[in-house]
Amino acid sequence: MSETEALDSEQPSADLSRRRLLLGTTGVVGAVGVAAAAWPFLASLRPSARARIIGAPVEVFIGNLEPGQMARVQWRGQTIGIMRRTERMLAQLPDLNPRLRDPESAVADQQPAYARNVHRSIRPEILVLNVHCTHLGCVPQVIPEVGPQPFDADWRGGFFCPCHRSTFDLAGRVFSGVPAVRNLLVPPHSFIDDDHVIIGVDYEGAS
Amino acid sequence: MAKPASTLTKGVDALNNWVNDRAAVGEFYKKHLSEYYAPKNFNLWYFFGSLSLLVLVNQILTGIFLTMHYKPDAELAFASVEFIMRDVEWGWLIRYMHSTGASLFFVVVYLHMFRALMYGSYQKPRELVWILGVTIYLVLMAESFMGYVLPWGQMSYWGAQVIISLFGAVPYVGEALVEWIRGDFFVADATLNRFFALHVVALPLVLVGLVVLHLAALHEVGSNNPDGVEIKARKDESGRPLDGIPFHPYYTVKDIFGAAFFLLIAAFIIFFWPEFGGYFLKPDNFVEANPLVTPDHIPPVWYFTPFYAILQAVPDKLMGVILMGAAVMILYLVPWLDRSPVKSIRYRSWMSKLALGLFVVAFVRLGMLGLSQESSTFELRLWTFVYFAFFILMPIWTSIEKTKPVPERVTS
Repeated sequence: MSETEALDSEQPSADLSRRRLLLGTTGVVGAVGVAAAAWPFLASLRPSARARIIGAPVEVFIGNLEPGQMARVQWRGQTIGIMRRTERMLAQLPDLNPRLRDPESAVADQQPAYARNVHRSIRPEILVLNVHCTHLGCVPQVIPEVGPQPFDADWRGGFFCPCHRSTFDLAGRVFSGVPAVRNLLVPPHSFIDDDHVIIGVDYEGAS
Repeated sequence: MAKPASTLTKGVDALNNWVNDRAAVGEFYKKHLSEYYAPKNFNLWYFFGSLSLLVLVNQILTGIFLTMHYKPDAELAFASVEFIMRDVEWGWLIRYMHSTGASLFFVVVYLHMFRALMYGSYQKPRELVWILGVTIYLVLMAESFMGYVLPWGQMSYWGAQVIISLFGAVPYVGEALVEWIRGDFFVADATLNRFFALHVVALPLVLVGLVVLHLAALHEVGSNNPDGVEIKARKDESGRPLDGIPFHPYYTVKDIFGAAFFLLIAAFIIFFWPEFGGYFLKPDNFVEANPLVTPDHIPPVWYFTPFYAILQAVPDKLMGVILMGAAVMILYLVPWLDRSPVKSIRYRSWMSKLALGLFVVAFVRLGMLGLSQESSTFELRLWTFVYFAFFILMPIWTSIEKTKPVPERVTS
């Protein structure tokens, strides 16, 4: 501090409060400037206009989907499964409730409000699901057949993840006691007509 | 001032001690900032060193972000630049900051070099500072040339074609050398790919290393000043130069002010005039590279045109290339060409002032001639002659001129 004192003694009238004000205002304006300059750099890392166009909603024809069959499409790099479930599949969903972690779809983030029901879909038979395991992102296999499986002696049909053996029922609801803790995600979607579903847009607008 | 030490200040002190016991950060800070004594009479010309550093930081930062979107592939490069301009959020700003920064880099570097010539900052004991500076300038030329090729527009392509062909003037091995540089039988994907590697990795590393050495060499001997007086010759009893003031806070504050003013001008260009009337970004470079069509007129970017004019002035390929190279390399000899006992132009005679004035006119005029297609050969040769005469005759006029007495202390 000695040199500051030496210089101060040459200028005994140094106005310290003025100095503080100037330092403070310069610092604040400088910080605002740096933040403003940083913004374009950080924003440039977000999905580009091209990526957003590629990520636009996907329209799918489901008129030829047989009962029990699942179609797979890509939306924003995610595998989206669209399954036309049979009456039998739907009928047994409530019976599984005791074995599930979140049978009532209580975790709101995992489906839009319009899919928060017993069958987790808009139209009961048409299931639209983001088929990525909520544990670590692998794509589970669909095993619709009822019958004993190596991982479940009382299998009633559903999804089985080969990565870490998580299991989900035919509404994408997670079983208790597996690594995944959340139900499979229902993406925003809506029906254009009886035979066309659009992924990425719901009745309130595009996501 | 005696306040009770809070837990926070105690913690900061403890961390400070911990670091300083292991690395001499405090020593470094003192040596290069708080106790680096710079002459107190720096003027406007002394802004351009710190501004060069600012532009270098800008180029590295914007360059890193451009690299995240750019594709170094002859098929994809041009489209990826357009992608940056249209589809990447703020991509246009980052690219214009980089392209404008390249031109402004040369503006501040040329002014910085002129300052050194004017005040004799290359003279003993600062020869090494000057040599490192000229080397930085050389690397900067290579760096900017290769960067100019990356957008893969018509100017990029044909500029690369011309500049690489210069190496063909080397006797015997010229053609083989050119082929080796291109990595193909013409300027092609291989050329673009290696220029990308050199532009974004190799040369920036060299450049940053050279800047560190340039500053280290400068801080060893201390800065020159507009009077050319050695401030270390007069010290007070505690060993501080009487005419020196600590770099921090005095010159950090001054340089921040200069940086703010510079950024104001830079922002105006970036936002409102990024092509700068075709001088910073040429219209032909908005057309994708086409090996079948040469543009009508392919002058280099403005900062290379003086040397391009010298090339045009010589009616022989090899001699032209030699002379163009010599125009840059001769800068290395300046500390030994100058025989004057006086550093600053302030204490030299009309001869030095006239010589430096003529040199500046020659450099600017050659730059203008290099841009034009209708330059007269006579004028090209005249200013080429003046350019070289400045250096070759320097030992003569600096020996015979009558210098004025240099004051013992710096003037205000």
